[in-house]
This record gives sequence, C-alpha cells and structure tokens, in this order.
Amino acid sequence: MTDPRVDLDLAREHGLSDADYARILEILGRTPTFPELGIFSVMWSEHCSYKSSKKYLERLPTRAEHVLHGPGANAGVVAIGEGLAVAFKMESHNHPSFIEPRQGAATGVGGILRDVFTMGARPLASLDSLRFGPIEDPRHRYLLHGVVDGIGGYGNPVGVATVGGETSFHECYRGNILVNAFNLGIIEADAVFLATAAGVGNPVIYVGSKTGRDGIHGASLLASAEFDDASEAKRPTVQVGDPFTEKCLIEACLELMATDAIVGIQDMGAAGLTCSSFEMASNAGTGIELDLDRVPQRETGMTSYELLLSESQERMLLVARVGQEGRVREIFERWDLDVVVVGTVTDDGRMRIRHGGAVVVDIPVDPVAKSAPVLDRPLREPADLRERQKLDLAAVAPEQEPGAALEALLDSPNLGSKAWLYRQYDQLVQGDTVIGPGGDAALVRVKRMDGTPTDMGIALAVDCNPRWCWLDPYAGAVAAVAEAARNVACTGARPLALTNCLNFGNPEKPEIMWEFAEATRGLGDAALALGTPVVSGNVSFYNETSGRAIHPTPTIAVVGLLERWARHAVSHFPAAGLEVVLLGECREELGGSEWLALRRGLEAGTPPVVDLEHERRLTGLLGEGVRRGWIRSAHDVADGGLAVALAECAFTGPLWIGAEIALADTIRPDALLFGESTGRVIAATAEPEALLALAREGGVPARHIGRTGGSHLVIGPPQGEPWIRASLERLHGLWARAIPRRLEEG
Amino acid sequence: MLAVVQFPGSNDDRDMRFALKGVLGAETELVWHKRSELSSGTTAVVCPGGFSYGDYLRCGAMAKFSPIMAAVRRFAEAGGPVLGVCNGFQVLCEAELLPGVLVRNHHLHFVCDFVHVRVERAAPPFTSRARAGDVLRLPIKHGEGAYFAEAEVLARLERNGQVLVRYCEADGTPTAAANPNGSLAGVAGVTNEAGNVFGLMPHPEHAVEAAIGGVDGLAILGSLVDAVRGARGRR
Repeated sequence: MTDPRVDLDLAREHGLSDADYARILEILGRTPTFPELGIFSVMWSEHCSYKSSKKYLERLPTRAEHVLHGPGANAGVVAIGEGLAVAFKMESHNHPSFIEPRQGAATGVGGILRDVFTMGARPLASLDSLRFGPIEDPRHRYLLHGVVDGIGGYGNPVGVATVGGETSFHECYRGNILVNAFNLGIIEADAVFLATAAGVGNPVIYVGSKTGRDGIHGASLLASAEFDDASEAKRPTVQVGDPFTEKCLIEACLELMATDAIVGIQDMGAAGLTCSSFEMASNAGTGIELDLDRVPQRETGMTSYELLLSESQERMLLVARVGQEGRVREIFERWDLDVVVVGTVTDDGRMRIRHGGAVVVDIPVDPVAKSAPVLDRPLREPADLRERQKLDLAAVAPEQEPGAALEALLDSPNLGSKAWLYRQYDQLVQGDTVIGPGGDAALVRVKRMDGTPTDMGIALAVDCNPRWCWLDPYAGAVAAVAEAARNVACTGARPLALTNCLNFGNPEKPEIMWEFAEATRGLGDAALALGTPVVSGNVSFYNETSGRAIHPTPTIAVVGLLERWARHAVSHFPAAGLEVVLLGECREELGGSEWLALRRGLEAGTPPVVDLEHERRLTGLLGEGVRRGWIRSAHDVADGGLAVALAECAFTGPLWIGAEIALADTIRPDALLFGESTGRVIAATAEPEALLALAREGGVPARHIGRTGGSHLVIGPPQGEPWIRASLERLHGLWARAIPRRLEEG
Repeated sequence: MLAVVQFPGSNDDRDMRFALKGVLGAETELVWHKRSELSSGTTAVVCPGGFSYGDYLRCGAMAKFSPIMAAVRRFAEAGGPVLGVCNGFQVLCEAELLPGVLVRNHHLHFVCDFVHVRVERAAPPFTSRARAGDVLRLPIKHGEGAYFAEAEVLARLERNGQVLVRYCEADGTPTAAANPNGSLAGVAGVTNEAGNVFGLMPHPEHAVEAAIGGVDGLAILGSLVDAVRGARGRR
C-alpha cells in the first residue's frame, strides 16, 4: 500500500489549519511524509496540544509546598506525610462513550489508571462523573446501561475500587454525554517516575498489548471535532479495552519500578506511540530512534502511519538503563506480556523512525512537542446570558405543597439514589474503603506500598452543577470547587488539592470560549482561596452535536487528608437523640435550583452566591469539630436544598433515624426548604454547646435546629403547623426507586 | 504456612494475605500460579477472588490449568484444607474439587453489596468459630455467583451437610429476597464430601476490621487459622 500524496488538502482533512501546514513546511524545510503529517496532526490537535485552553490554564494556581508534581506530569502528585504521596487525575472519554458506551467508558477508566500507575503509584480508588440526556429517552437508557457496564467491566477486573461519583440527566446532554473518570493512587514520595527518555544509548522498550488498528485518530478526529449525524461512522476510532492485560501491566510495572532498572516511563494513550515517544524525548532534551518493524502487532500489513497513530490500549513505553534489558524482560515475560526493545535514546534531538528498512519519519522533537500553536480565540458573552439570568422571584408562585415537592425532588433521577449504578462496581477491593459511594465524599484508608496500613485516610469528592455554570460560568465553577471541598471536609478531612475535567462545546465559537474563560477564572479564584491548587486536569472541547453545545461542565474533584481516618464523620444521622446544628446561612436563593426546574419548569436566575472566605472557615471548623469528636455526622446542603439534605441524613444510613427540625428564618418558606444557598452543612452532635462555641470562635454562623429520632422527618417553623411531616419509609422508597423504576418502565 | 495462590488477574490476593497475616497473625505466603509445588510446610491453601485470566472464557475455566492447581489437587486429596473465595470458588468448581458450578446472576448484573449468610454447620476447619444458625454480614461482589447443581447433587449436599453457608435475612430466615444472585436453595458456599475443601461467594477477607466492613469474616478465616495452628503442614 502506498501512502497518499501529502498536500494542503490532505492536511486540512487531518484537522490542520492552513497556518499549521505552513509552519510544518517551515520546520521541516520540505513536504512532510504521510506518517509525519499524521504525527503533526495528532500532536497539534486540540486534545493533545491544549492550543485553545493553554492561555487560561497557565493562570491557574498550581503550586504549594505539598505539591510534588503539578500539571504536565501524567498525574498530579501531592505529599500526605510519612514519606507517602497521592497521585491523581481526572480525564474525559465523552465522544467515545457516546458512540460506543461500553468500550468508551471502559477505556476511559483504563486510560486514567495508566496515568496514575505510570507515575509509580498503586491505583487505589476511582470516581466517575456521568452526564446523560433525559432518562426517558431510550437511547440514553441504553447509554446509561452501556457506560455503567463499561466502568464496572473494566474497574472490577483490574482490582481498583470505585468509591464514589455523581450522575445527572439533562436535555443539554442529549447529543453528547459526558463520562469523566478519576483515579487516585498511593506512591512513595521519593519514588515518582516521570516520562523521560534520558541517557543517550539507553534502550527504548515497548511493553503490554500488541498494536492493532483500533483508535487511529481517536484524539485528533474524534475528540477534537464536533459531532454530527455521521459520527456513528467513527465507531472504529473507539479503542477496545482489555482489563486483564491492564491488571497484569499494573503489577508488572510496579514490580519493575521497585528496581532501579528504568529511568522513565510513559503510557501510550492519546496518539499512542507517537505522543509517548515525543513527550519522553522532549522532556529529556534527547532524541529517539525507533524501529517500527519490532513493534508487536496483532494485525498484518499495518502501515507506518497506522503503527504510529494507533491508540490500542494497555501499552507502555519505557526507557531502561543500558544493560538492564534482561531484568525488564524477565518481569514482563513472567506476566506473559510483550516486551520488546524498539529503539534507542539519541543525542541529536530528532525523532528518527524506520519501517521496512526505510526512514519514514525524521523530524526534530521539540518543534512538534513544544511549539504546538497557541491560540488566543475570540471571546463573546452569549447574547442571551442576561435573559437566562432574569428571574423575578416575586412572580414565582410559592410552593403550596412542600411535602409533595420534597417527594417529587427525591423521586427525580437527578436527586434519587444512584445505588443502581454503584452496586455494579466493586467498591471494596484492596480492603480500604471506609466510606463508599452514596455519601458526600468517599474515604479510603492509606496503606504503604508493601501493604502495611497507616492511620491516614484520603477523602475524595467530585462535583459540578452544570445548570449554575450555564447561568454564570464563573460562579458555577467557584461553586463546584467550594462544594467538592466542603464534601471532603464533611468527613473531617483537610482539602489538599484538586483535579478537573473541563467539558465545553466548540471553542471556535466565541460564546463557548467566553464560558471557558469565565469558568477557568472561577476555578482559579476558588482554588486559590481554598488552598487547593490545581495539580492535574483535562480539557474536553467540541462537546456539541449539530451545533448544540452542552452546558459548560467544569467537573471538579477535590482530594483531602484525614490524619487519623478512624476519627471521621459520616453523612447520615448515626444515632437518635443527637442535636442537629446547621452551619452556614439560608438566603432567599432559588435561582438555578432543582425546585425551580422541577416544580416551576424554570431554569433561570443567578446561582447562589459563594462566599469563599466563609467556605474556608467552614472547612476548618468541620475538620476541628470532627477531630474533637463534636461532629458525629456532617452533610452538605446541595441540590434540592435543606429539606432534601435532611431527608438524606435521615434515610441513607444503616438505620433510618428521623428528626424534628424547627427553622426560625423569615425568608419565603420554599426558599428556606428548597433553596440551594451554598456554604451550609447539617451536623449531628452530642455536644451542641461546644460545637456552637467552636463555630462562634471560627466565625461560622451556626444554630441549633432540632433533634434526631423517630421514624418521621418533621420540618416547620418554631410554632404552628409544620411545613413537612413525612414518613422515612415513604421518602426512602421514592428515593431508592427513582432510577430503577424508570429503567423498568422503559 | 498458609498459601494464597496468585493467578494472573487475581485481585483479592493481597487483601486475603492482609486478613490472614496482618489481622489474624498467621504466616502466609503468596504462591505464583506457575509454580508446580507448594512450599513445604504448607498447612492450608486459599484461592482468592478476582478475575483469573480475565475470566474471558468461563470464570475459573483457565485457572484450573495453571501448574499450581495440580499441587493444590494433591494437597486437597491428602486432606489439606483448601478455601476458595468468589473467583477461587469458581476455580475449585471448574477443577471439580467442589460440586456444582457458578453461573451468571439471575438479574444479569454484577452486584457489590453486603449480604447476610446463615452458618448451617459449625465445624473445623472453616466454621469452628461460629455456631450453627449464626448470621454473618459479609460483602459480595460478582457477576457470576448463582450456584447451580443437578437436583440429586443438591439433595446429596443438603443431606451430607455440605451446604455450609446460605443467604438469609438479617434474622437468619432464608428468603428469595435475601438471595442476591439466584443461587439454588440460596447456597452461598459448599464443601466437598470430605469437608476439607470449601468455596463461597461472599468475601470474608473484606470483613476483618470493625470500621471497614465489620469483623464477621473472622468467623471463617479465624476458623481456618485455628485449624492449622500447630499443624505440621505438607505439600
């Protein structure tokens, strides 16, 4: 098979602009070969080069004393003490999951695991953030089944617990679902591995699965362009996952990393062999000579172009010390994995690739890896933004049936129990899950690499309210960071750092780019204020189909540390007879709320205000209150407001424990019950006086609102008829069946 | 010395070692599946949970051909205690060291949850720390955990007291609602006729610490450790 003739038209078909192609000609001083064109197209694609987002990402706070490795490495690495660190990152696999939900989601999990263990960490805990179109749409029920099957079908066999996540449904995802996968691993702080091809003469070794024709141009064509009706035809660009090989690869790599045989390692993710080899050489300031004939192949007759651009899964590239090849080979052969020396590190800064005896690629490393075009795309506030934000509360009819409203909210797919999903995931493997899915944050115990348990626990939460981000991307992003940090703090943990997955529409549209600029500005301000630097992340643009974009969805995952995990708070009421204390203030904020959408059919207004200074004090108070044993349970007030949060406190634990709550606030009762003011936490305590005093000292508004006990949830004003009196059995039944019921009804 | 067999794709192997060694203090070693002999001094063998060989064919179908399984068979035939958990149970059934087979859950989904099982018989080497009728709260996590055996085989198992644990409500009543996977007669675990080989779908190794899954798993793993304490071992 002969390669096609390379010209401007072919470059355009590869997603390169005319200016890009001119740069390529300038760099090479000649017309690129077909494989070279392929390399430029993937390395300079939006997905790999971050060309539209770079300008904004560079403004994010990324440093702190405890941050060992920030953005740029495969995963962020944060020290937690006792010589240990956590490595974590989140990544999107949206387009593949929409086209082929099971494999798309599975390989999303596989990819994020490789990002983590490539650093030398043992993957410990996964989260996921999923967004679907309306559950009433049969296609989206199919996608939900497929994605859950894919996450479990990959995460369960590799032996990594899925400990939490979030799932919601909205019209805006009908043409473009979101699948964001997060993983965190434990690592020795002084044994972090990086993607570097250092040491001239060192062998470059390929390990893992064989290379096939799957996933070619997954990054450049699938992830870096809008969807249209023809996108179904791109199904072959979705990779196929093999969790068994990944499991063996994890064990073999960790075993190898315990020796001193290698100097650098990189997974072959987006853009496969190309991206990994260029990054490793670029990071070390070296060059690489590769021989494609030696690459293990599972199909015959693959071209240079295909071998270089394949995104076949479960493959790694590593650079060993000269003379250590035997040791590498011994370990990987024991795990029955392919292990082949495919090249050598050189000193000339060039990537020279041979195939069939001929040189098919000979290009300088840095101009490809480091000087991808950086764009400053035009920004424009969406013309209808002010319209979206318009909300005259006085014209919104007050809730006449608060009890029915609570039931409707608990019975909605967005607020209903997600157990149908997470029961299909192994939440327990590795034996460290202290708090699994269903609470505010997950909590996992930390073991050393040799399996010895420590006292430390890591709390994790992932959050975003896309409706808020659509109404005000800046405020929405601030709120997402604040909520994730608050959730982590509800266990008693101190938020350490965050990762993100920034899902947006087509950046070539000024309105989308404006949303992105606003959201990253909010992300940066909140991360700075809460002392949670951004240590890793991922941008996913082009989340739109036939011109309709998703709501801006900057998904945020915050990681926190609990020095002694044994002393933590749960999110449900742990016992009857405890006092209920509300931390934070209830304001008359119904803009962008679930109540407004569900009961009044309105998605409008401005999102609730976030007071970052208050959030910082609240986080500190939660940590101190839990440490002193004064907070037995703490639950964040979020979607659905105070009434929904109280119901969750009552029926999500092993025992159902009701409460009688009296609220003296003078704002309209529906805003009090269902408004989503931020910065609020419901705490249960046996020491109300001590906790209230601590809150006063810490500058956090706090008041006693009731007492736990009984089989009902009663919420009302201090005197007179309660607004809500509901049996927990009834509320729990609605909440537990919200999703299964709709799947069965079909 | 307890041997925990490590197949490629095992993923509860280190958790089992932690439970036996870290929590119960018993000498434990991980034994690679390509070995053809157990270490001398082996007092019990445990086949852990996971997805041996990816379980792409039939759960446990490939693992029975691992070199170590011939040694495990010899060990079992000589009367040594052998425990299989989840995928380990599936492997022991495929190797015909245990009767019956595990098939796809009746609801067709993988399920991870805590369930209750009733101890049907309290005896060494697997349930001596319990009393008959005790209810244990243990986690399950499997897609293919529905126990199946021919009617006459099942009748024989019941008659011989080979059904060691059965899914039940928290109060010990076996009901259809408490059966998480459609196992025949709510069977959660069975022994061979001699009583020295035991397989179960629930994971005792994930219920050995009060604050992480509870301690009911110790009723089973503690019994095994008690049984082999002081035993001389063989291979």
